[in-house]
Amino acid sequence: MAPTTQAAPRAPSPHDGPGARPRRIPVPPLIAVAAVLLAGSVLCGVGLGASGLGWGEVLHYLGAGLTGGSLTPGEVSGYTIVWELRFPRALLAAVVGAGLSAIGVAVQALVRNALADPFVLGISSGAAVGANAVLLFGAAGALGVWALSASAFVCALLAMVLVYAAARTAHGLTPLRLVLTGTAMYYGFSAVTTLMVFSADHGEAARSAMMWLLGSLSGAGWASLPIAAFAVAAALAYLLLSAGRLNALAMGDETAAALGVDAARLRRELFVVAAAVTGAVVAVSGAIGFVGLMVPHITRMLVGSDHRKVLAVAPLLGAVLLVWVDILSRVLLAPVELPVGVLTAVIGVPCFVLLMRRRGYSFGGGA
Amino acid sequence: MRIDIEDLAVEVAGHRLVHDIALTAGSGRLIGLVGPNGSGKSTLLRCVYRALRPAAGTVRLDGDDLHAMTAKEGARLLAALPQEAAGTFDFTVAEVVAMGRLPHQHGSGRPGATDNGICARALDRVGAAHLAGRGFLSLSGGEKQRVLIARALAQEPQVLVLDEPTNHLDIAQQLEVLALVRDSRLTVLTALHDLNLAAVHCDELYVIDGGRIVASGPPHDVLTPDLLAEVFAVRAHRVRHPESGAVQLLFDRLPSPAPPVTSAAPAF
Repeated sequence: MAPTTQAAPRAPSPHDGPGARPRRIPVPPLIAVAAVLLAGSVLCGVGLGASGLGWGEVLHYLGAGLTGGSLTPGEVSGYTIVWELRFPRALLAAVVGAGLSAIGVAVQALVRNALADPFVLGISSGAAVGANAVLLFGAAGALGVWALSASAFVCALLAMVLVYAAARTAHGLTPLRLVLTGTAMYYGFSAVTTLMVFSADHGEAARSAMMWLLGSLSGAGWASLPIAAFAVAAALAYLLLSAGRLNALAMGDETAAALGVDAARLRRELFVVAAAVTGAVVAVSGAIGFVGLMVPHITRMLVGSDHRKVLAVAPLLGAVLLVWVDILSRVLLAPVELPVGVLTAVIGVPCFVLLMRRRGYSFGGGA
Repeated sequence: MRIDIEDLAVEVAGHRLVHDIALTAGSGRLIGLVGPNGSGKSTLLRCVYRALRPAAGTVRLDGDDLHAMTAKEGARLLAALPQEAAGTFDFTVAEVVAMGRLPHQHGSGRPGATDNGICARALDRVGAAHLAGRGFLSLSGGEKQRVLIARALAQEPQVLVLDEPTNHLDIAQQLEVLALVRDSRLTVLTALHDLNLAAVHCDELYVIDGGRIVASGPPHDVLTPDLLAEVFAVRAHRVRHPESGAVQLLFDRLPSPAPPVTSAAPAF
C-alpha cells in the first residue's frame, strides 16, 4: 500500500522523531491509482455475490442496463440482481464512503481534534431516532419507501439545530463546546433509541434497528442514490474550494485571523455542511462507523496534512474501502448479511495500526 | 506603512480589557509594547491582527480603517505571529509557509509558480530553506519562530504584528528573531517581555498597564526607574550598553514593605 523505501540520507538532528521528515506519496499518481482501484472495486461489487452469476452474464446485464439493450424473459432475474440491486448498491457504498471520509476530514479540522468523526456532532444519533421510529413503530408510513430515509434525515437536521443552539456562544462555535455538546447529545439520542428498541414488541424489529445502527447498505437502490450523491458531491466541491482556509483553521483561530480567514464563519459553514451531509448519508446507510474517523488519518499518513491533498485523496480511499466492506458483508456469511460497521472495523483497524507504526505520524504534537 | 490607533477599546466576553488606546507607528518603525502580565498587550494586538473587533475606536493603516476592510484585504497588508500553540496537524514547513499566500489567492487558490517562488524566498530570508521538508511540529522553538516569520513574509505585508515572539527561546534565538524582524524593514508592532531586549531593539516603546497606555516614546525616555517601579513593581538601575549606548536595566525587588503606588491593598 505504501512505499517504505524512501529513506533520504540526512544528518541526524536533535529533533528527529516521528514526523521529523515525513515521507509523503506524490498525490497525482495516488489519485490515479485510487480512481482505477475504485472503478475496479465497483465492478467487483457488481460481479461478486451470493447468486453465482458468471462474469460474462454480469457484464452483459451491466451493458444492457447502461445502453438500454433488450433482454429475453429468462434474463430478467439476473438483470434485476445486477442492475437493480448490486450496481446501485456498489455506487451507494462508494458515495457513502467518500462522503463519510470527506466529512471526517472537515470535522477533524472543525473541532481540531484527532478523535473527531462525522458522528461526534451528535447528528447521526439524532438520525437514528428517526430511523428507529420508522423501523419499530412504522412512523411516517405515508411516505412509503421514503419513510426511513426521510425520517432519519429530518431528525438529523433537528439534531443539528439542537446541537448548534446548545453549543454556540457569543464567539461562535468553539471546538471544545462543539465536541462536548455533540457528545452529550449523542448519549441523549442514544438513550431515546435504546428506549425505543426495548419498548418495541417484536424481536425482528429490534434486530433491524440494531442492523441500522451498525450500518447497512441493504436498502440501496436507484432511489436512494441521487440525494446522497448530490449532497456528497456538493460538499466535496465546497470543501476542496475551502482547503486553504481549512489549513489556516487547523493552525488555530488566531493564525486563521492573521491569514485573513474568519474562523467563526468558516466553522459555521463547516458545521452546516458536515451535519447536512452526515444526515443525507446516514439516512440511506445507517451509522457506519470507523470510515469517517480513520480514513482521514490514513490519508494524512500517506500525503501529509495539507487539506488540498487530503480532501482529494480521502474520499477515493473511503469509497474503495466501503465498496469492499460491503462486498464482504454480503459474501462472507451469505445469505446472512453482516453489519457494515463490524467489517469496517475488522478491515480498517489492522490497516490503520500497520500504517501508523510504519510511517512517522504525529497528530497532536506527540512526536 | 503607517499605523494609527485612535481611541481603541477592546472587549472580551463583555469585559472591557483595553481602553482609550492611542498609538502611532511611523512607516518602517519598530514599536515595542511592554507591560506586566495581564496588562492587555495580547488583547490589543489581537484586535490589531483582527482576531477581535474593536468595541470602540479605529486601527488605521495609512489612513484606511483596517476593520472596514475584508479579512483578506487586511491580511494582504498586515501579517501576524500570534502567541498560539501550533495546532495539532503535522504540516510540513513548506506547507506552513505556503499558508502565507492564502490572502492573495482566489477561489480554489492552488498555489502557482509565483506563490512557490515567494515562499522559497521567504524561507531563504530567514535561513530556513533547509527545513522545507521537515514536519513543523518536530522543529525547535527557534526554528518554529523563523518558519512563522517566513510565513508572515510570504504574506507580503506592509505591517508585522508579533505577540511576544521571543518567548521560550534561548538568548541567541531571541536575538536572531529580533534581527530577522528588524531586517524585514516592515512597520513592526511587537509585544516583548524582556525590557532590555525592547530597549535595544525598539525605536519606540508603549507601556501598557491595566489596559491603558501609561507612557510612550524612545526607550531611553520611557524606561525610567519611577515608571518601572509603578508599572512593573521593581526597583531598576539604568546603565548604558558599553557598545551601543542603549539604556539597559538592572533589577531588584522594591524595598519591603512595597509602597503601594497603584494598588489598593488593604492596610493591616
